[in-house]
Amino acid sequence: MLGKTAGGLFWMFRYLERSENTARLIEAGFRIALTRADGDDDEWTSVLQTAAVAHLYFEKHGQIEAARAIDFMLRDMSNPSSVLSAISAARQNARLVRTAITREVWEAVNDTYMVLKQTLARPVSARDLPEVLALIRQQSALVRGAMHGTMLRNDIFDFCRLGTFLERADNTARILDVKYYVLLPSISQIGSSLDNVQWETILRSVAGMRAYRWITQGETSPIGIADFLIFDTRMPRSLAFSVGKIATNLAYLEQAYGTRHPCHEAIDGLAARLRHGTIDRVFEDGLHEFITDFLSDVAKLGHQIETDYRFLG
Amino acid sequence: MVAMSDTPLFFDEMHQGGGDPRAPYAGYDGWFRSEDLRDLRKKSADAERFFRRTGITFNVYGQAEADERLIPFDLVPRIISGREWSRLTRGIEQRVRAINAFLHDIYHRQEILRAGRVPVELIAKNDAFLPQMIGMAPPGGVYTHIVGVDLVRTGEDEFYVLEDNARTPSGVSYMLENRETMLQMFPELFTRIKVAPVQDYPVNLHRSLAASAPRDCSPDCTVAVLTPGIHNSAYFEHAFLADQMGVELVEGHDIRIIGGKVQMRTTQGYKPIDVLYRRVDDDFLDPLNFRPDSLLGVPGVMDVYRAGGITIANAPGTGIADDKAIYSYMPDIVEFYTGEKAILQNVPTWRCSEADALAYVLDHLSELVVKEVHGSGGYGMLVGPAASKKELAAFRAKLTAKPANYIAQPTLALSTVPILTQAGLAPRHVDLRPFVLVSPDKITITPGGLTRVALKKGSLVVNSSQGGGTKDTWVLEE
Repeated sequence: MLGKTAGGLFWMFRYLERSENTARLIEAGFRIALTRADGDDDEWTSVLQTAAVAHLYFEKHGQIEAARAIDFMLRDMSNPSSVLSAISAARQNARLVRTAITREVWEAVNDTYMVLKQTLARPVSARDLPEVLALIRQQSALVRGAMHGTMLRNDIFDFCRLGTFLERADNTARILDVKYYVLLPSISQIGSSLDNVQWETILRSVAGMRAYRWITQGETSPIGIADFLIFDTRMPRSLAFSVGKIATNLAYLEQAYGTRHPCHEAIDGLAARLRHGTIDRVFEDGLHEFITDFLSDVAKLGHQIETDYRFLG
Repeated sequence: MVAMSDTPLFFDEMHQGGGDPRAPYAGYDGWFRSEDLRDLRKKSADAERFFRRTGITFNVYGQAEADERLIPFDLVPRIISGREWSRLTRGIEQRVRAINAFLHDIYHRQEILRAGRVPVELIAKNDAFLPQMIGMAPPGGVYTHIVGVDLVRTGEDEFYVLEDNARTPSGVSYMLENRETMLQMFPELFTRIKVAPVQDYPVNLHRSLAASAPRDCSPDCTVAVLTPGIHNSAYFEHAFLADQMGVELVEGHDIRIIGGKVQMRTTQGYKPIDVLYRRVDDDFLDPLNFRPDSLLGVPGVMDVYRAGGITIANAPGTGIADDKAIYSYMPDIVEFYTGEKAILQNVPTWRCSEADALAYVLDHLSELVVKEVHGSGGYGMLVGPAASKKELAAFRAKLTAKPANYIAQPTLALSTVPILTQAGLAPRHVDLRPFVLVSPDKITITPGGLTRVALKKGSLVVNSSQGGGTKDTWVLEE
């Protein structure tokens, strides 16, 4: 496979994952706005921070306002993480790697792009938002289904998965990073329950509300949520799960190509840290520090994969 | 020959004579009559959705806004009988053999120039002639691995070659996708009518390219398609063909020359390429040997080629055979190399470089089609009968300033085939581009080809860049 193709696949799936994550962030923000009486738009700031585009938003709009934030996250092409930007970039990469993906996957991505381009051609009213978000979710499922149902499990598949899980690990870590102060045990904390709205934001942002309740039988604590999102290997958006998948797919590549690269050392280190780590240790050493290190390791890993598999010249 | 007005002046391939349909269309006509027009129009919209979804689009030069456009597809097939086709294939094969013999001769002994059958200055002063190819023998002796021969029809037994495409002919992906679309929309038609399949094209293309590999090529010969990139108007086709052949689609920056071989950067390091099916023009192929500002090509690929390390398909310099000025000599060229009269006729052509011809063309400008010698895609061309006084005057000035830049031909009475319109069937002008594969041991012609159709009533310009559409082309198995 061409290095360029591997890079195209990797980025195609990063952008697909990103479009879905952005949609989920909007959904969380919207949901919270609806269930809050005070009409405060603060939640949108943390949504923008999580997507790492708050600075872009404030440059453009100055102050936070729900409708603008939604529009910015949904369809603003100057925001590289907006649903429309991400899906356009995914489709551009899909065109580049057209020879490496099946017709079904290509058509699913192309269809998603066309449907969303049309749907997002005009601003979406609050009234239509739930339906539009549902559509985005459905389209993502369509692409994922086509991928799982039709693609060979070879190096091509591995690069797709690497993109997906690197983006996901990054996303979940950023949610934790933006909200870490909420999860920190405060003076009055021990035993008291977390601000409802705050933990709901976090879990909704990762589509983990029901999963968390199901696992903990309704018991919510900061430590519990952090543990769930960092260490729980049953949770498909947790750091441990994502890192585990990255490790598996890199191991497949090592096996298929018969070559071990620096990226394999890097992922083994990261995976071991998650395997042996405990939530108590994380809180002892500092949640913020842990997340910052993790984000930086994931970024480095991404660059290492890019180098080792010759995505660029 | 000049006629722009009413239908009876043109040969209609389905309804000629006004009574029963012509024989090749009999089966289709029976089916069509039993169909509901509204259903068919709905199918037509389905087809467009299908094309959009599959991404069969092209980028139009000079229209940055409308980034990707569809070539409209008409669902009434263009049907050719087996007998008609076998005569055409004999003519095409003869012509393609002559083109390859001509190219070999032009880059070696130049017997045809010595014999005075083609003027020396036509070659010597021609930009399409590449001195880098002199004395060079391409692997397997093949110059044009892929050729598109554009044909038009004017009567029951009258076919003309409009032009040869010996550089990087495009459109074959439409031929294949049009058939795919028809099979999906009207499976029952194909059980009723035996249509020669076209789906082997990618396999044949791969086989043909591999058969022309350099002599020292490894047994599992590596073929790759070279594209200028995602913004090229035919990018979809490049990706499509690479995909269908199961080979890599490379760009210049994926390639490097290492140890005298052309190699591509893979996830496991550099791997050699044996055959490069390039969809990049000669000028841009190698910045070291041709245009130094090209970012699309592979620096030094010509040196590897000359040393026998790679096959380039089509060979550089084949443009000298499909140049519009050379075109008028094709009947002589065919005769010179095959010893036979050309089976396929040329359209009578005035070379404006010749004083007599120029005088005639200027006198009859409003009746003629005038083309740039090096132009393509229907750009920079004058269709006399359709031009306004102002356009004629402007073109006259251009022509007088640089006569050698132009050739002129009569406005041909192109045959028509019906398309489906809101009001039912209506005749529209068509041409045909059959695709020819040349390997050292044989020539393969896919039955049919790409039929292009002028969708505007009365229009004779079928180019997709000028609002033309396409049809599925059937050759009946008889």
